[in-house]
Amino acid sequence: MVIGGLEGYLIVFLVMSGIFAILTLGLNLQWGITGLFNIGIAGFFAVGAYTSAIITTVQSPDHLGGYGMPFITGILGAGALSGMIAWLVGIPTLRLKGDYLAIATIGIAETIRLIFTNESWLSNGTRGITGIPGPLREVLPHYYYNLFYLLITAAFAGLAFLFIERALHSPWGRVLRTIREDEMMAAATGKDVFHFKMQCLVTGAVIMGVAGGLYAHFIGFISPEVFKPMQFTFLIWVMLIVGGAGNNKGAVLGAVAVWGLWTGTEFLIDALELSTDYQTKAGALRIITISIALELILLLRPEGLLGETKKTFD
Amino acid sequence: MEQLIVNGIITGSIIVLGATGLTLTYGILRFANFAHGDLMTLGAYAALTLAGMNLPFGVVFVIAMAFTAAAGILLDTVLYRPLRKRGSIVLLISSIGAALLLRNLVLIIWGPRMRYYSQDIQIAYMMPFGIRIKPDELLIIGIAAALIVLVHIFLKKTRMGKAMRATADNAELAQIAGIDTDRVVMWTWGIGCALAAAAGILLGMEVQLRPQMGWDILLPLFAAVILGGIGRPYGAMAGGIIIGLSQEISTAFISTAYKPAVSFAVLILVLLIRPSGIFGGEGRWS
Repeated sequence: MVIGGLEGYLIVFLVMSGIFAILTLGLNLQWGITGLFNIGIAGFFAVGAYTSAIITTVQSPDHLGGYGMPFITGILGAGALSGMIAWLVGIPTLRLKGDYLAIATIGIAETIRLIFTNESWLSNGTRGITGIPGPLREVLPHYYYNLFYLLITAAFAGLAFLFIERALHSPWGRVLRTIREDEMMAAATGKDVFHFKMQCLVTGAVIMGVAGGLYAHFIGFISPEVFKPMQFTFLIWVMLIVGGAGNNKGAVLGAVAVWGLWTGTEFLIDALELSTDYQTKAGALRIITISIALELILLLRPEGLLGETKKTFD
Repeated sequence: MEQLIVNGIITGSIIVLGATGLTLTYGILRFANFAHGDLMTLGAYAALTLAGMNLPFGVVFVIAMAFTAAAGILLDTVLYRPLRKRGSIVLLISSIGAALLLRNLVLIIWGPRMRYYSQDIQIAYMMPFGIRIKPDELLIIGIAAALIVLVHIFLKKTRMGKAMRATADNAELAQIAGIDTDRVVMWTWGIGCALAAAAGILLGMEVQLRPQMGWDILLPLFAAVILGGIGRPYGAMAGGIIIGLSQEISTAFISTAYKPAVSFAVLILVLLIRPSGIFGGEGRWS
């Protein structure tokens, strides 16, 4: 990835941070604001990535597709399908206690991974989909393309940020926060708790699907292996909890900081040129470190770096 | 079809042991412990090391169970107990962290490659109806059945067993009745994790040992627990067999790769039709 030297690497890092920031913002809407426990983030992300890839690629004998639609159609499709799946997951679970949603989202993420791994006609199985086009990729030189893509990602991240920030201070957001604090009270004031939760779950999933689409067009290749489901989902949870659940700035800060640590240590392990066996073990050590960091934050600083700014009156 | 039913009972026996432990901790501690599958993995690998010391099978089994029980109690003391008053969802998040921690510790200690307890090739017995079953598989069913009988005797006949059932039914009421809930919690972890270790060892015998093995079976475990009603050990036993059978019988119709998705489908059906589980009494609505 080190094509344009350090600056080029920085741009790639920022694009990826931006994509993770979008995911973390989506999770902040679901968990930080409403208290919906989604541990199937990798699934919604994968649906977004594959949908956008299939919509935009040219005809290929290896997988479904050949629609060759523009980038923006792909991104919209990614969000739409991801949101639809969230809606389906929400129907049986959102009237129940929170842990049912948790278990069901893990189930849907696993099922999605199995489908993309086994249904070759759809997704070319483990070999994945290659040659996913990016906007103006043919026209711009590599360096400028990445810079251009950074602008696109930043625009989407900004949009997500503003949307959730605006929602947070709207009557809608206030209902969501009431649901998080006391579901009974929300219901007692005449709010249809199920529908509010559903709107929030679906909106969050649309945001996650869009992030998946952005990822697919940036890297140009996706396979089921890209989304080691639990590790990926866990990373985003750590980002939100480190940054501070309920705080949008915290979500973005957490995404950039944790992604920096994550890729930084990966870089370090690569640089050490260990044997494959030790490389796997070093990778494991990385996950252990980040798990311990999460547990310490939960135990010692549950509000994260930036806690939620509580207002008594809006 | 007969063969698939037998396979379902073998898989089901393993799920039953895992799910019984999971439902006990779920019911009494009131949170979904996502580290349960990885505690299974830990038990299975502990047994691998013990088996390498040429200890007899029974001894390996018991020590691995005791070791995993101790690990579970330790996990509770340093992590879950300080978080308990912060609610079930915070515990759930921390259990996911604990799951990843355990899995990667296993990977560092025992390596990422697949491992086997024994390299011997077993000759399957031929049974009536053309059913083939390996000696190990008979052992799996036998051990699972024996442990379930033991759990049954413990829950019904001992004071601690009764205290555990009372706490699962209604924690406040149990406390008022003078039950020492801290001791109940410790016993619950001990028994839940010992059963997890047993399930892990049996899974290792039936398939192979991988650091991911326990995590991969977690979804069927939760499906069995919810099917049987959370906190109901007898429900989890029935649920485990049903999930085992439906996973194996599904292979007659769809690709074997989708086995975990089958348990997810069963789970969703249960949530739609009867969320408190087939044996659950009162509904656990929010």
